[in-house]
Amino acid sequence: MLPELGHFSLILAFCLCAILGTIPLIGAGTGNRLWISLARPLTAGVFVFLSLCLLILGYSFVTDDFSVQFVAQHSNSLLPMQYKITAVWGGHEGSFLFWTWMLAGWMLAVSIFSKAMPDDFVARVLGIMGLIGAGYTMFMIATSNPFDRVLPISPIDGADLNSALQDFGFIIHPPSLYMGYVGFSVVFAFAIAALMSGRLDSAWARWSRPWANAAWAILTIGIALGSWWAYYELGWGGWWAWDPVENPPMINWLLGTALIHSLAVTEKRGVFKSWTVLLAIMAFAASLLGTFITRSGLLTSVHAFASDPTRGIYILGFLGFVVGGSLLLFAFRAPLMKSEFSFGAISREVFLLANNIILVVASAAILLGTLYPMVYQAVSGGELLSVGPPYFNIIFVPLMSVLVILLGMGSVSRWKKTSIDYLKKQLMWVAIAAIVLGLVIPLALTLEFRIGATIATALGLWVVFGIIHDVWVKIGNKASKLAGLKSLAISYWGMQIAHFGFAVILMGAGLTSIYSIEKSVLLSPNQTVELGNYEFLFEGTEHLSGPNYEAERATFQVLRDGAFVRELHPEKRVYTASLTPSTEMAIDAGFTRDLFITLGEERESGAWSMSLYIKPFVRWVWLGAILMALGAVVAVTDKRYRNLKVKALAANAAESKSKKEALRPVST
Amino acid sequence: MKPHRRKKLTIIGFIATGLAVAIGLSLYALSNTIDLFFTPSQIAAGEVNNGQRIRIGGMVKEGSVVKSQESLHVEFITTDYSHDLQVRYDGILPDLFREGQGVVAEGMVNNGVFEASRVLAKHDENYMSVEVKAALDSAERARSMPVMATEGGQ
Repeated sequence: MLPELGHFSLILAFCLCAILGTIPLIGAGTGNRLWISLARPLTAGVFVFLSLCLLILGYSFVTDDFSVQFVAQHSNSLLPMQYKITAVWGGHEGSFLFWTWMLAGWMLAVSIFSKAMPDDFVARVLGIMGLIGAGYTMFMIATSNPFDRVLPISPIDGADLNSALQDFGFIIHPPSLYMGYVGFSVVFAFAIAALMSGRLDSAWARWSRPWANAAWAILTIGIALGSWWAYYELGWGGWWAWDPVENPPMINWLLGTALIHSLAVTEKRGVFKSWTVLLAIMAFAASLLGTFITRSGLLTSVHAFASDPTRGIYILGFLGFVVGGSLLLFAFRAPLMKSEFSFGAISREVFLLANNIILVVASAAILLGTLYPMVYQAVSGGELLSVGPPYFNIIFVPLMSVLVILLGMGSVSRWKKTSIDYLKKQLMWVAIAAIVLGLVIPLALTLEFRIGATIATALGLWVVFGIIHDVWVKIGNKASKLAGLKSLAISYWGMQIAHFGFAVILMGAGLTSIYSIEKSVLLSPNQTVELGNYEFLFEGTEHLSGPNYEAERATFQVLRDGAFVRELHPEKRVYTASLTPSTEMAIDAGFTRDLFITLGEERESGAWSMSLYIKPFVRWVWLGAILMALGAVVAVTDKRYRNLKVKALAANAAESKSKKEALRPVST
Repeated sequence: MKPHRRKKLTIIGFIATGLAVAIGLSLYALSNTIDLFFTPSQIAAGEVNNGQRIRIGGMVKEGSVVKSQESLHVEFITTDYSHDLQVRYDGILPDLFREGQGVVAEGMVNNGVFEASRVLAKHDENYMSVEVKAALDSAERARSMPVMATEGGQ
């Protein structure tokens, strides 16, 4: 009975979305206050009914209702409780419901935290998100209903959740990734609402910024969690593989990064308006494209969901409709978006423009590499090829290096116009220090020269020293340094923290790629193998029974220069329901290096095949991501975004003010 | 020329340069890094040069896996049920590697034997990789069209 209720409430959610996507939009167009005022209650209704769907599906999992097909396919009576609950997003139907629920959550958040905005604008934003929601719920009802039953003969037990997913990472990675992904639909809705109402001013940019930053921060964390999870779960010691399904979030992240920078220019200087709108559309389109790539089953990937061509066609149709409609509207409204190009050839605007070009080019190149195999297969009549990590690295690494150099210059330069002499004065010593230490530090620590390590260190230090120098200069003319630190704007701190995080990722990624070492060996019990400065003593394995698996657990003593470091216990598991084997890595995590052991298999002689890794600085990749997200969150808390009490008046005032602002240089 | 026009042009110039560089880089990178995919039948037909980096796919032949007891060395045969291909590999096989299941490997052909540098198997048992499926399908087609098959074999 309950699953039918879930199905019914899904249909209700669709109906409410459809109403939300029409009435308030028409109301905003015709100035009908009653119709406009329907937006918030309808949003709450959508959220309630989708929450009900999610709760019912969760309840079906918890109570082992295997008459529900989705539950039967993704759960098992022996599955531990935390995975029963999270198995909701363990397959296509449930994860799409979860995704749609996230959209409703963002809609609710917009309806609550939008008191400072004019009602007609909020109605437009919510209406557009309602249309998106209608597309998603329709998709579920038509092609992937999570409440479908297996009747009359229901399975006695479920097929179990994919063993690779039974892990802590699965509990946190999909929710954060989805939440970040879906968050960009808020920014998209703001952009479309602004296009519709013709209100493309700095107030619009100011309203959008906190949402863009929040979505970006969550997406950053989501991607980092995915990387961390792949690192310790998949067992090849990698933290990024350019897997076809890793790429769409990355494309989205790059476009999102471009967007938050472009929004900053639009807010502060009133330029790049059309570009910002276009980026918002592109970022949202990228998230739909990512969905298409994941769901269509066209690509070979660890993430591949069960494939069903009708789903792919539906999403592609929806993508075409959304992008086509948005671009059409964009074209009609283009005359509204005239910006004055009132900035010099060297100015913060130009550096941010370069930032945007690099980020968009990088995402286009990744998109090309991701889609190329599909296109090639279609064009060549079924011949297959694969585009591997080398392609992406050749493109991505140089582009990011240039981006970092420009980042250092852009974040100290001024709006409107900056002289070369000023940049030289600010950055000369920063550059010298970064290059010299970039040469010296890796050389001193490893006693060998590696050009990559020097570049990575120098680029990282370039950003770090640039930040320190800039803060120093900013507080230099204050009476007390502490008071100076306090006087800096919150959003300035947000920016610097995020840039610092970027530098940390850059150094971590560069150094771990260069200095990681690994060895694959066959070891009998009580044999030792050396790797780097470390010795690994394999003591043997013992049998172990888990709740829903059987395991062989190995014991290793790790020694460094003869001194005991710690014991490590990698495992080889076989899950009882599905009989799938799974490898559990053992990792000794550290700030400067990770030790990492993964078991292969036992040979008849009693020896085990295994791989051992030493990965210096790999933690910095995720640490940097956390810092970047933190920076964005700090920027969101800036009071500037909340002190916008007077509604329509403020919007007009802000516009005229932005024109005045354009006449005088503004810092940060 | 009006100043704002000149600025617009400069910006368009920027973007065009960026795009040109990107396209150049991309094409250069693509031409050097794509791995073409071949089936055991294609390799038997001599379509691949020695030492060319490629991907292969097929089923692991039942009873063909031989594991060394002293080292990581593994040998097995992949098949698309028309032709077989001997594979040599020094490394750890993925969890889902099994006889009778699909496998994809990267590496190069050396005198008719495939030296694998990486062996991949799918995570989901019910899921057959696009590549393995293509290999089996094309072998199937070849078998059902005997004339074509002889042509392919020569």
